[in-house]
Amino acid sequence: MNDRPLSFAETFFLGLAGLVGFIGLWTFLSVSGIVPRQFLPNPLDVATRFIQLLSAPFAGATLPMHLASSFERYAYGVLLAAFVGVPLGLLMGWFRLLDDIVTPIFDGLRFIAPIAWVPFAALWFGTGIGGPVMIIFAGAFPPCLINAYRGARFVEPRLIEAGRMLGTPNSRMILEVLLPAAVPSIIAGLRVSAGLGWQSLVGAELIVAAAGVGFMMVQAQGSVQTQTVMVGMIAIGLVGMLIDVLLRQGEAWLRRRRGLEA
Amino acid sequence: MGSISFQSVDKVFGGSVKALDDINLEIADKEFVAIVGPSGCGKTTCLRMVAGFEAASSGTVSVNGRPVTSPGPDRAVVFQQFALFPWKTVRENIDLGLRNKNLAIGERSELIAGALKLMNLESHADAFPHQLSGGMQQRVAIARAYVLDPEVLLMDEPFGALDAQTRVVMQEELVRISRRNPRTVLFITHAVEEAVYLADRVAIMTRRPGRIKEVLDIKAVREREAWDKYPKIEDVMDLESFVHLRTHIWKSLREEKGFKDV
Ligand SMILES: Nc1ncnc2c1ncn2[C@@H]1O[C@H](COP(=O)(O)OP(=O)(O)OP(=O)(O)O)[C@@H](O)[C@H]1O
Ligand SMILES: [Mg+2]
Repeated sequence: MNDRPLSFAETFFLGLAGLVGFIGLWTFLSVSGIVPRQFLPNPLDVATRFIQLLSAPFAGATLPMHLASSFERYAYGVLLAAFVGVPLGLLMGWFRLLDDIVTPIFDGLRFIAPIAWVPFAALWFGTGIGGPVMIIFAGAFPPCLINAYRGARFVEPRLIEAGRMLGTPNSRMILEVLLPAAVPSIIAGLRVSAGLGWQSLVGAELIVAAAGVGFMMVQAQGSVQTQTVMVGMIAIGLVGMLIDVLLRQGEAWLRRRRGLEA
Repeated sequence: MGSISFQSVDKVFGGSVKALDDINLEIADKEFVAIVGPSGCGKTTCLRMVAGFEAASSGTVSVNGRPVTSPGPDRAVVFQQFALFPWKTVRENIDLGLRNKNLAIGERSELIAGALKLMNLESHADAFPHQLSGGMQQRVAIARAYVLDPEVLLMDEPFGALDAQTRVVMQEELVRISRRNPRTVLFITHAVEEAVYLADRVAIMTRRPGRIKEVLDIKAVREREAWDKYPKIEDVMDLESFVHLRTHIWKSLREEKGFKDV
């Protein structure tokens, strides 16, 4: 990658320095009054509010409860994206006809930001579980499909020839040649999908009427509670980081296993 | 039944690179024909056309009198670069073609056991290809082709990756197998001795654009001089009749500039 890999301690302290600098600047801007308090709440207020919200309900639920209902929608959206995107990508990688039919539609649709689907998601699937899940799906679907497709298309041609010479039928070709060859690419795609799905969450929750971090933030904005909005942002950031770290670990574990196995 | 026929076959790549020029060759059922020629003269291309991976630009390639249209297990290929499935064990690699034939599990295990024994791979049945040496991987590729009991066996420098000792063992083995259970073989090699030792006929190609320069009848000499009564390859290689043929082919190849492997 680059010249010299940094040691863990170095990486840790550099990261810490960045974080301290960032919070320092934030504190300075808000406490000094350069930025008016109603525009930028100060870090201490936000931290206090964060701790409060862990147990005290706001907009009908505590922060962990909001997070739990967000996570449920998120999980449905991302799983749906994976269960549709990966098989479709593999099929497109094998059947040229399907590729030619789907690719133009997909290439147009994938540039539409998930949030742009909000009105139709609400109209078609309602504001219960359906609408929000569709918006998260819209965010998470493209990388699932693209990576499965690329993985399948760029299988070593020799292996496909070997499969064909052995008389392998299409279904077996997809499951036993394309899929295993595409696994690294699929995993990478799932990780990107997981991130984009989480990013689409607030947009998705603009239209929910019950609970969720996004819902909490919309309610707080309505009553000009900037600290609560900020708490929501931080919670989303933290959970997003956590998801990414866990998936990276999972990916590394899978790669190690494959290194031994394949 | 497994006759192969090249009739006025030309192959042009990308509209301008003429790889093969008017190839005519008839290979009878159960005949073993070796092709030798300078690197890049189009040997692999010939074999790939019989396999059904490549179409002739003009002329016809047929097997059993029918023009080849697609790959199939009646024409098993041993690839120059193995082309084993990295995520399958040795056993699974050999099994795939048998599963595609819908054979019962009992029959399959018997056939696999036989192929493993033949190629001396019994102790590596559950290893993955990357855990094997190049020579072992090549033997797996041969086992995978042999186990299908194909009408036509297409071998592209199958012993290229083997060390000299293993190579000799494999050559003797191949002679033994093909005398016991003869089948049509198209065999490509750079090693002149190997061609003379194994083949019924040897076709010599010119440098690119490849043409067939000469076809030598080895079988007539082998039978007349009773080569088969010598069990060891080195004894055959000492015979005057063998040396004579070998030298003839060498000289013929020497005339083709660019032959650098002798
Ligand atoms: N797919 C392709 N596209 C363009 N040119 C090709 C392609 N395949 C082969 N060629 C060219 O055709 C010629 C013959 O190639 P081929 O692989 O048949 O040679 P070969 O006799 O098997 O050589 P070697 O002994 O090195 O294996 C070469 O000049 C090669 O560059
Ligand atoms: Mg070749």
